[in-house]
Amino acid sequence: MTIDLKTVKHISKLSRISIDDNKAKKLGKDLNSIFSFIEKLNELDTKNTEPLTSIAETTLKLRKDEIKSENIREDILKNSPDKNKDFFVVPKVVE
Amino acid sequence: MSNITDLKLVELVDKIKKKELSSTEATIAFIERSKKSKKLNAYISENYENAIKKAKIFDQKPDFKKKLPGIPIAVKDLFCTKNIRTTAGSKILENFIPTYESTVTQNILDEGGIVIGKLNCDEFAMGSSNETSYFGNVQNPVSENLVPGGSSGGSSSALAAKLTPATIGTDTGGSIRQPASFTGTVGLKPTYGSCSRYGIVAFASSLDQAGPMTHDVRDCSLMFEIMSTYDTKDSTSVDFKRENYLNNLNENIKGKKIGIPKEYRVDGMPKEIDELWEKGIKIIKENGGQIIEISLPNTNYALPTYYIVAPAEASSNLARYDGVKYGFRSKGENLIDMYEKTRSEGFGDEVKRRIMIGTYVLSSGYYDAYYLKAQKVRRLIKNDFDEAYKKVDAILTPSTPNSAFKIGEKLNDPVSMYLNDIFTVPINLAGLPAISIPAGHDKKGYPLGLQVIGKAFDEQSILNIAFALEKNISFKNNITDWWIK
Repeated sequence: MTIDLKTVKHISKLSRISIDDNKAKKLGKDLNSIFSFIEKLNELDTKNTEPLTSIAETTLKLRKDEIKSENIREDILKNSPDKNKDFFVVPKVVE
Repeated sequence: MSNITDLKLVELVDKIKKKELSSTEATIAFIERSKKSKKLNAYISENYENAIKKAKIFDQKPDFKKKLPGIPIAVKDLFCTKNIRTTAGSKILENFIPTYESTVTQNILDEGGIVIGKLNCDEFAMGSSNETSYFGNVQNPVSENLVPGGSSGGSSSALAAKLTPATIGTDTGGSIRQPASFTGTVGLKPTYGSCSRYGIVAFASSLDQAGPMTHDVRDCSLMFEIMSTYDTKDSTSVDFKRENYLNNLNENIKGKKIGIPKEYRVDGMPKEIDELWEKGIKIIKENGGQIIEISLPNTNYALPTYYIVAPAEASSNLARYDGVKYGFRSKGENLIDMYEKTRSEGFGDEVKRRIMIGTYVLSSGYYDAYYLKAQKVRRLIKNDFDEAYKKVDAILTPSTPNSAFKIGEKLNDPVSMYLNDIFTVPINLAGLPAISIPAGHDKKGYPLGLQVIGKAFDEQSILNIAFALEKNISFKNNITDWWIK
């Protein structure tokens, strides 16, 4: 299997990472070499194997939904690249 | 004062408890040496002034019942530390100040530890040489222009250079054990579920584990017993009986059955590594352990599996970096354009590469062929270990297929870089504990490590086996202070 330039561009779109053509070419080359290495898995017959999603195969424990930290709005907003009063600001989405 | 930094962690704790040394003296000593060692580039953020303040407060009312009484310690910059910048080695988090503390660093603080700084690492822990960090390469104190391993490269460098008496790292595919091996130090990757992942910048959630990096096995046992706690804030934290690992530490391995997996004898492995392995086998036999040949038939499939599972989880975990609530933001014409430019400029090449691999293997039409397939093979790899542990108590292998390499040497060939983790990755896939200890040098004089892999939650056994090996090997790290003028 080979990953062509069009596919690289498609993946970059899905990943929300913009790339120019030069980078896309280089990345395509890297991805192809990584995927040819990954193809090795096709040697194995896994028809009757159950997938292993997580090593901790216990039922996840539930805890009460309690407030543990309060009054940190200011501190959290301080990390924001753009804010207005108590809100995060993003580029306009509604015309 | 000059030899304070030569002390191992347990020795330092002992001296402070005996009042032969104050926390302030110890903290200043490690900070002074760190200041003289800027050339190593081990630190991303320094917390020196604050640390000295904390040490003075400790000395005013010392609590010697604590396990780390006023001990200065630098930690990998992947752990969120309240009010101390946490970058994960990335531009996208360059100015991020966490409002909360990771459970593992909180455990260290609760036992009296004092954070003196945040250590360099590969960006989002993705790398084996610390060369993917936005904050630059880290020098291995063993020799100039040598990589310290990765991703916990700042941690291994700072530890080996004695800028901190012990440190902590994280290990998703070898990121504690490989840098430990490259710098002649000890590194433990605990069982998945042993140390809380709360507050650790996530890379691959089903593989990530925090663990200690130290000068020797005793120090490692102490750090591990502090780090490992059951935590309701991490839904995969396991509530098992934790031991008094340091107190229980002993080198008696009589009757222990140690497996030697034949699949780990890979082509082209340097002769020195094979000899090192033989040396380990000999020591185990001489100390009454039993050597048993075992087979882990799916070993060769571990790396391809890892390079599907880890990027898939990473692509999902790193979706949160969108330039809205925290982190770097680039200007865009609209919201989508802002996301795309932010992520393009905020992430480095290796991180982008892995996000894209992950996005691809999870995308419509490819999920079954790649991601589901990898999860099935992951089951086979775990089954190999389950079978082996019917016959043996632990497994002995080399830690890495080579010693440290030069900065830049493998940067342009991702697959060759990934091969570094061939002996460490299977253990993360199976969720098992493993320790790397320094065991010798290659002909260039670079350190090499041996790895002891244990049964799930049986860290005590591998610590004991490593302790026995350490006593018989008596490794000496021949580090000259070449970076200090």
